[in-house]
Amino acid sequence: MLAHLPILQVIVPMMAAPLCLFLTRPRLVWLFALIVSGLAFLISCILLQQVMTSGAIIYELGGWDAPWGIEYRIDQLSAFLLLIISAVSTVVLFAAHTSIQKEIPVDRHTLFYILYLLSLAGMLGIVATGDAFNVFVFLEISSLSAYALIALGKDRRALWAAYQYLIMGTIGATFILIGIGLIYQMTGTLNMNDLSMRLPEVAHTRTVFTAFAFIIVGVCLKLALFPLHLWLPNAYAYAPSIITAFLAATATKVAIYLLIRFTFSVFGLSFSFTTLPLQILFVVLGLSGIFAASTAAIYQKNVKHLFAYSSIAQIGYMIVGFSVSTTTGLMATLLHLFNHALMKSALFLALAAVMYRIGGVQLSQFQGLGRQMPLTMAAIVIGGLSLIGVPLTVGFVSKWYLILAVIENGWWPVAVLILLGSLLAVVYVWRIVETAYFKPPLAGSEAIKEAPLSFLVPIWVLVIANIYFGIDTRLSIQVTQVAAQSLFGVGPP
Amino acid sequence: MGIAIAIVRMKDLFAVIMLSGIYGLLSASFFVAMDAVDVAFTEASVGAGISTLLMLVALTMTGRSEHPVRHKPVLALAVVIVTGGLLIYGTLDMPYFGSAEAPIHLHVAPRYINESMQEIGVPNIVTSVLASYRAFDTFGEVVVIFTAGMGVLALLSVVRRPEELAKIDSLNDSMHEQHLILRIVTKMLIPFILLFALYVQFHGDYGPGGGFQAGVIFAAAIILYAMLFGMSTARRVINQSFIQLFAAIGVLLYGSVGVISLLKGKNFLDYSALSADPVAGQHLGILLIELGVGVTVASIMVIIFFNFAGRRHNPQNKGNDDSC
Repeated sequence: MLAHLPILQVIVPMMAAPLCLFLTRPRLVWLFALIVSGLAFLISCILLQQVMTSGAIIYELGGWDAPWGIEYRIDQLSAFLLLIISAVSTVVLFAAHTSIQKEIPVDRHTLFYILYLLSLAGMLGIVATGDAFNVFVFLEISSLSAYALIALGKDRRALWAAYQYLIMGTIGATFILIGIGLIYQMTGTLNMNDLSMRLPEVAHTRTVFTAFAFIIVGVCLKLALFPLHLWLPNAYAYAPSIITAFLAATATKVAIYLLIRFTFSVFGLSFSFTTLPLQILFVVLGLSGIFAASTAAIYQKNVKHLFAYSSIAQIGYMIVGFSVSTTTGLMATLLHLFNHALMKSALFLALAAVMYRIGGVQLSQFQGLGRQMPLTMAAIVIGGLSLIGVPLTVGFVSKWYLILAVIENGWWPVAVLILLGSLLAVVYVWRIVETAYFKPPLAGSEAIKEAPLSFLVPIWVLVIANIYFGIDTRLSIQVTQVAAQSLFGVGPP
Repeated sequence: MGIAIAIVRMKDLFAVIMLSGIYGLLSASFFVAMDAVDVAFTEASVGAGISTLLMLVALTMTGRSEHPVRHKPVLALAVVIVTGGLLIYGTLDMPYFGSAEAPIHLHVAPRYINESMQEIGVPNIVTSVLASYRAFDTFGEVVVIFTAGMGVLALLSVVRRPEELAKIDSLNDSMHEQHLILRIVTKMLIPFILLFALYVQFHGDYGPGGGFQAGVIFAAAIILYAMLFGMSTARRVINQSFIQLFAAIGVLLYGSVGVISLLKGKNFLDYSALSADPVAGQHLGILLIELGVGVTVASIMVIIFFNFAGRRHNPQNKGNDDSC
């Protein structure tokens, strides 16, 4: 069975989703989903371990060899992403049962878990596959379920937010599909590995150039790169809290994965960074994203909105790392991808706990919460410190590598701007700290208690991971280093 | 093209839906002209058929005419024109349509054309690509449809007390009673539609067709019945929670074919594991997964229709923001 792990990674959650319909009680469905997600996590751990010791794993679906059939190709990069997605999903799901009690009507709970598992399977499928069209199919699964999940939010505005996301997401997906169609037309293959070998022959044609441009724009819509980020804040703010935590930590990461996969593996480094002025474009967009979104975050009244804008800013950091296009730069991007997943899932889960106790996450409602929900607020503070990039948290590690990469390239002004951007993060995190710890509790809020254990356990697991991986960086550095090196074609394949 | 512009300019949504049906039919004829009969069949049954139907049902909830919009989206139009222009300009040097030297005809396709008969034993090459060489994509598509159905259920399903349900249904039914001719013609047609669906389902190996089209046609028959004989009669035939299980069973059937090949030591969806003779195994596998596709597609279409129709004449929701 060990040889079938790549496919099991995806089909276990995918086939578990329809099975949920046969279970009658929501609690049972939750337990089932939790076990399935845990199983996926276990599989991804073994896969990562296998890939790190013996290189990329290839799995031919239906027994047809590529490029005739579809193949799964798990390399260091995809194994790393699989681990992040399934780990976050499992931890977040732990709190789901309690959280959705107050946010989603009981008769929708089963459907909620079905869509959740489908979304998980979709994202895992995007990362695991080595076939360009298969990417699109799984992109549809994960996006459709994400739209529905967001629309399940308690607030009526969730519908509008989901609709906006649906339109933007569909445009993005269509662009990706057009791009894939065009490269298929020029090469006659859909397999990524095969594409990377056959594209150089036709690299000079305008059609391939157009395909590349369409894929890049489509992916950037999906990853909410400034200025294509407009769908994100509302979608995150009005979605059910659990979904915010899940999507914030995974969905944009998968899009970044696609960006890396298409530019580095499919089109190849020399094509990607010479035909379009990608480097300068992404540095400028990344940096303006950092500043615009961080500034916007400072003025938000809804804390979910605040952290959503901060997510856009963090994507900016990842894009800056990507645009450096050196091994260190890519490492910084991958590290930040991992670290940001840890921070944002912790932060949004803590917000879910606040939502559970108070019923809202307006900044004004946070007054005095430092004393009423000490553990939850402490988690937000540590998550916030990590977001700023304070030493001993994961945020520091990735910023460190990012600045290292930028300076290596001699881009001093960019390094200064990155540091300035972190100062903005100090401001918005401080606003929460100030309200929670230094303002008296609101009248009539004496009855607010600490969040229940089903929240505290996953939140603190994530918070401790935030600190642990900030101190012991062996695992994350080793994996990202090998992944980045293999993308640049040096070191073990 | 003319129809697309008319769709954009038109204010009467009913006409827009009819035009989009024609648009679907025209694109289907384009596909026939390009010798892509399977695609044409799908476009005809989905684009011109079921989606028109579903849009009509949605129309009964939202009202017939578009709200006048004051702002003029000039900027958006400019962006669209520039993007479209770039796309055309950028693809000027692509291979000519039907050119024998085009890369798509030289790389992967020859094996599909020359060897699929020996390897899979199904005359319809499109079916062997969809259902065997790239079966996992098709599995993904089925899950996409399942996801869509679950999404509709999650957002639209309203749990009502039986007496309330009966009231709504009787209101609905009273609207249909005068259509006597329609009813009789429908009654005569439905068995043939169902039979045709089954033919398309099981003949997909030999001619154009397969699970997707068959599922849609099957669902169309049921929807037609529900439209003319009322929701309550239709509900007596098809139970909502029952059909949900059916949708799940379709996906599971497809998946379990894959799992069986896993258990037999072959890769996921390798049908040659299903039988001692690999070609017979391929045949059996394709038959089973097409059945899974058909079951899921039909059930999901019916679920979507029932949930759209079930929301009509609901006093709380009427005129609310369903339209947004």
